[in-house]
Amino acid sequence: MALVLAPEVPLTNWLTALDAQMERSPNFFDARPVVVDLGSIPREQQGVAEFLQLLEQRGIRIIGTEGAHPSWAGIEAWGRSLPVSGKPGREIEPPHAKSTPLVEPAALSGGEPNMLVIDQPVRSGQSIVFERGDVTILGSVSSGAEIMAGGSVHVYGTLRGRAIAGLSGHPGARIFCSKLQAELLAIDGVYQTADDMPAKFLGKPVQAWLDGDQMKIAVLD
Amino acid sequence: MGKVLVVTSGKGGVGKTTSTAALGAALARGGENVVVVDFDVGLRNLDLVMGAERRVVFDLINVVQGDAKLAQALIRDKRLDTLSLLPASQTRDKDALTIEGVDKVVAELKEKFDWVICDSPAGIERGALLAMRNADVAVVVTNPEVSSVRDSDRIIGMLDSKTLRAERGERMEKHLLVTRYDAGRAARNEMLKVEDVLEILSIPLLGIIPESEEVLKASNIGSPVTLNNPNSAPSRAYFEAARRLKGELVDVVIPMQKGGLIGRLFGRRVA
Repeated sequence: MALVLAPEVPLTNWLTALDAQMERSPNFFDARPVVVDLGSIPREQQGVAEFLQLLEQRGIRIIGTEGAHPSWAGIEAWGRSLPVSGKPGREIEPPHAKSTPLVEPAALSGGEPNMLVIDQPVRSGQSIVFERGDVTILGSVSSGAEIMAGGSVHVYGTLRGRAIAGLSGHPGARIFCSKLQAELLAIDGVYQTADDMPAKFLGKPVQAWLDGDQMKIAVLD
Repeated sequence: MGKVLVVTSGKGGVGKTTSTAALGAALARGGENVVVVDFDVGLRNLDLVMGAERRVVFDLINVVQGDAKLAQALIRDKRLDTLSLLPASQTRDKDALTIEGVDKVVAELKEKFDWVICDSPAGIERGALLAMRNADVAVVVTNPEVSSVRDSDRIIGMLDSKTLRAERGERMEKHLLVTRYDAGRAARNEMLKVEDVLEILSIPLLGIIPESEEVLKASNIGSPVTLNNPNSAPSRAYFEAARRLKGELVDVVIPMQKGGLIGRLFGRRVA
């Protein structure tokens, strides 16, 4: 799955915010393909190509750009711009990634809520990663699929794959599902595999949370 | 313009080639103009199941690379003149297929035929991706057991992201074909139930093909089961599936273990 970065002007401020973010979760971009959405950069902006170079120097693997303006100097080197619409149905991206720049959490509190809603089943081999908030799945999560959220994970369906909540150090995150068949549950680094889960919870609507460094599961009624 | 259908599964040995031949022949018997295309370059089998292995001169690779014309490579079935085969090459591998070449061949086939049925190789690599690339409709072949179901789930995810339709933001029509269904074993809980498979995969059911020795018999003779023994249980199930593909509403009946003495004696093989 490709991540979408949507830089905003002034680019230097955005880069500073990005650096702060990368310091908090240094491995976040490791080996992940990234698409840079340049749609909100004004046409007269100078030095866009150099800006992309700065991103690459930070170890971000850019596989393409979106919404680039052909008049920008040196932009051709970054490949053909992807069309703004008509994305593959399965390449699920955070819906806010296009409009929300990476900024510090403090600034976010007053802005848009951080969440990702996916209204289709998550299939085996698919991985949904959303570090900035909650993930809600309307449908099942298959065996061999994984959901990773910085906040909580909500599954309105059977959770058969892996659910990882509180990805970047949020012990308050929880996991909710309408039917528990999970291969693995994890919150802020504390995990339980299917073998460790008490059988009485299997097939039930449950929530999981952290009590200190212990994972608790309870049936939702 | 014809419809392009891919028969796929992820896992090998679940019945893709058998189902391609059986569905192709069933549609062709109904008067549709059908071509079945073998995408399993290097491990071709469709020609055997169709009984055309001794008539192969040119193949898909020759056409893709421009060494032969499409008309030279197409083999018309001797039993049904509405049915044709485009064989794969046995001596090459999947790297010999190019995206441009495949797109061009499929576009040409769509002009000539009502149905272009692509028999996908197993796996999720290049060969399988090229087979599904141009599809309008997908038939996902699944056996009622966990590994096949998980692999099908993976393939469904790829149908929704790695095909031209998905790239254009259009919906890919997907159907589930459960094959090798054994009513006796399902009743004894030795096999996943159809409801469980449907619950996990959540795509519409095209048909349930019962486990039957007729399928193997037909393959060994080199004939699609729907031609070799049209009245057998698997053939009837394939004919119904073909009607559903054409958009007809036909109820799916889950094969049940037959009652009575016969049922008890032959309960293991309800065919």
